[in-house]
Amino acid sequence: MDVLKRIPVREQDPSERIKNFDEVCYGYNLEEAKLEASRCINCKNARCIEGCPVSIDIPAFIKEVKEGNIEEAFQIISKYSALPAVCGRVCPQETQCEQRCIRGIKGDPVSIGKLERFVADWAREHGIKPEPPKEKNGRKVAVIGAGPAGLTCAGDLARMGYDVTIFEALHEPGGVLVYGIPEFRLPKDTVVKKEIENVISLGVKIETNVVIGKSVTIDELIEEEGFEAVFIGSGAGLPKFMGIPGENANGVFSANEYLTRNNLMKAFDENYDTPIITGKSVAVVGGGNVAMDAARTAVRLGAQVYIVYRRGEQELPARVEEVHHAKEEGIIFKFLTNPTEILVDDNGWVKGMRCIEMELGEPDESGRRRPKEKPGSEFILDVDTVIMALGTSPNPLIASTTKGLEINRHRCIIVDEESMMTSKEGIFAGGDAVTGAATVILAMGAGKAAAAGIDKYLKSKR
Amino acid sequence: MQGTYSYTIKKKVQLSDAIYLMDIEAPRVAKNCYPGQFVIVKMDEKGERIPLTICDYDRDAGTVTIVFQAVGSSTRLMAQYEEGEAFRDFMGPLGHRSELIDMPREELLQKKILFVAGGVGAATVYPQVKWMKENGVKVDCIIGARSKNLIILEDEIRKYAANLYIATDDGSYGLKGNVNDCIKDLINNKGKHYDIVVAIGPMIMMKFVCILTKELGIKTIVSMNPVMVDGTGMCGACRLTVGNEIKFACVDGPEFDGHLVNFDEAIKRSTMYKSEEGRMQLRKKEGGSHHHPECEIHEDDCKVNS
Ligand SMILES: Cc1cc2nc3c(=O)[nH]c(=O)nc-3n(C[C@H](O)[C@H](O)[C@H](O)COP(=O)(O)OP(=O)(O)OC[C@H]3O[C@@H](n4cnc5c(N)ncnc54)[C@H](O)[C@@H]3O)c2cc1C
Ligand SMILES: Cc1cc2nc3c(=O)[nH]c(=O)nc-3n(C[C@H](O)[C@H](O)[C@H](O)COP(=O)(O)OP(=O)(O)OC[C@H]3O[C@@H](n4cnc5c(N)ncnc54)[C@H](O)[C@@H]3O)c2cc1C
Ligand code: SF4
Ligand code: SF4
Ligand code: FES
Repeated sequence: MDVLKRIPVREQDPSERIKNFDEVCYGYNLEEAKLEASRCINCKNARCIEGCPVSIDIPAFIKEVKEGNIEEAFQIISKYSALPAVCGRVCPQETQCEQRCIRGIKGDPVSIGKLERFVADWAREHGIKPEPPKEKNGRKVAVIGAGPAGLTCAGDLARMGYDVTIFEALHEPGGVLVYGIPEFRLPKDTVVKKEIENVISLGVKIETNVVIGKSVTIDELIEEEGFEAVFIGSGAGLPKFMGIPGENANGVFSANEYLTRNNLMKAFDENYDTPIITGKSVAVVGGGNVAMDAARTAVRLGAQVYIVYRRGEQELPARVEEVHHAKEEGIIFKFLTNPTEILVDDNGWVKGMRCIEMELGEPDESGRRRPKEKPGSEFILDVDTVIMALGTSPNPLIASTTKGLEINRHRCIIVDEESMMTSKEGIFAGGDAVTGAATVILAMGAGKAAAAGIDKYLKSKR
Repeated sequence: MQGTYSYTIKKKVQLSDAIYLMDIEAPRVAKNCYPGQFVIVKMDEKGERIPLTICDYDRDAGTVTIVFQAVGSSTRLMAQYEEGEAFRDFMGPLGHRSELIDMPREELLQKKILFVAGGVGAATVYPQVKWMKENGVKVDCIIGARSKNLIILEDEIRKYAANLYIATDDGSYGLKGNVNDCIKDLINNKGKHYDIVVAIGPMIMMKFVCILTKELGIKTIVSMNPVMVDGTGMCGACRLTVGNEIKFACVDGPEFDGHLVNFDEAIKRSTMYKSEEGRMQLRKKEGGSHHHPECEIHEDDCKVNS
């Protein structure tokens, strides 16, 4: 074994996987995991931990894997993360834990994410649950939104003994994990549902179909239902559109709609009733994880797919693994290209998309070079379906129905960075609702910080 | 249709051939809902999310009334549910309550208001007319339908409207003609005057009412019912052009200023899944082969998930 190289992970062959929604990556088996774990040199001041937003004790769990004590490894991870099988799959490890790994200086960093995934999958397959909470203290806390932020906050509070209820607007808990990220990257029944069941097994109640701000307000939860503190983890679900002509044509979707139909409503499965329009030739506009997911979904539904992105390949914000998989699956990338108009036929359906080529100019506030149009370079992309994956912003519903809750100009809820308390006493927030669209693990980190903040606040109140 | 779900059907009444009324046990929705709002119903694990207007509510009993027309596969299936059975999901209330409810009372009492209901739109109009009466506001109402047997909630609305007028296309009941003929009759022949029209029904009806009321210079409120998925502002499926802006009907509406709505676009968008739906039905029957030999729609017109 070459210690500079990571143990490769087995994957479904691209030519096969474009025909199904099964998971692309098979993950390690015990033997592979132990081998990969043996590459970790158990650093004293492990830099990998600094790269993890929830500070998982990475060397400690990897050491257990190395020795074959997988249950031990799971209990270590569970102290820090309620959703390890999810994070092991979807964390952008290359910019987090793995980026800091000392092994990465000379060779490949240790596959921390894949090892985490292995441990969580193994624990699930062997029926191992996180340790249940100590005594209950009977104090009620409400959590809004059952995404990663809300689930983490609820799980941590339950472990501390609180009586926690999560209120979720949709009919299933999970947030983006169920409606956004596709099955082939994050299996719903085997992975997401099971990790949510683990949270429930800690004593957390989940009430679905409750839209806070409509079904009941935060003020009512406190005044009428006896909740002493509230955590808002409502995410950033509002899709953006470009504002170009033709955008309301039949066959133009937000990525959220397209992915929700397919993931939450399971349109790809004949036994489910919700329809989805696939088209023959699909353009996905954008370059993030959401764009990759929409594009790879469209491929599996049988379409020829383009990703249209206004900057260059280096600037793609998506995880490297997803870009790599997308290319393997035959998706055509149109870099430095921006749509200017969607062409519509007489019946109101998309019949093409006018685009213009771009070039990169001076860096903008984000440090990335600003794209500008190349005059005279317009062309028409022959597509019949367009999916807009341009980013999302927080839903104003909660802020507009909760007196005294301050938001910034991006509609993000303002919090104290340490306690995660909002401008309103006893109300805390975290995740995408505070940061704007970010990552699963950052949302979880925020949920954790808020659980600690809530605990401190409630203890000081009595 | 097992009874393990929690949103129990307390009452079911068939109002006409294909229109049904149900009282559903949903205490959270019943507690905080108002006329103008809607719910999303998901019948079972595999069902679609179906938006339906809140037609009435009983806060004490914790029930919400829905009225639906069995038009497609999902609503037809819903019609087969019986009292005592339950739906898996019942989410709401969604959308804004009717704009008139929030109008200052003195102002509202000054206004002459005409409600215009088309077909199953009567279910959306009914709670508003009832609210008006309970709050001391006298309003007139027109119910229009193709034929007498399609008129629903007539007695209920009659109880609360100052005047109720009926119009049927075939003349089998009330005035022979459409709702616009009836509006013109009231204004031209019966000396009526209105400051506000609230028109709720099929999009095509709302479109034509708006064309007429624009000519007549009467402010008109419509309640839009585009295709929806989540109903919380997350997917954008329900987007409409209103004035020069894009609006999401589920969170910005469902009521809008009818004179600003781009109905042609909305009508086109509302047909988006019609062919799709038909194909899915075929697929189910034939089990895998997606194209029925007798289907008149061919590959190019009909985009389908294969
Ligand atoms: C398609 C897609 C792919 C992604 N891929 C990755 C990836 O590979 N790696 C990664 O790290 N991140 C990825 N992300 C981002 C990541 O999923 C999010 O940053 C993360 O889910 C945010 O968590 P959250 O808990 O803050 O919010 P969400 O996951 O958005 O959950 C919020 C929940 O709150 C509910 N809610 C909202 N309003 C209300 C209300 N008024 N009342 C009750 N409930 C409400 C929503 O229904 C939802 O369930 C992706 C995002 C998308 C959309
Ligand atoms: C805010 C709102 C309030 C409504 N209130 C009522 C009501 O009180 N009573 C009533 O009978 N109907 C109401 N509707 C319409 C009702 O939701 C549709 O009739 C129903 O979804 C059609 O489903 P189907 O599969 O039986 O019919 P089909 O005609 O077969 O539907 C085909 C497909 O189109 C989609 N679809 C078609 N029309 C609509 C629509 N208007 N909204 C969402 N999806 C649609 C569905 O996804 C379905 O898959 C309302 C719609 C909205 C948006
Ligand atoms: S949670 Fe994410 S960042 Fe932390 S160790 Fe696991 S994969 Fe790395
Ligand atoms: S930095 Fe790398 S080698 Fe060091 S402990 Fe972390 S994973 Fe192991
Ligand atoms: S139904 Fe999804 S945004 Fe309105």
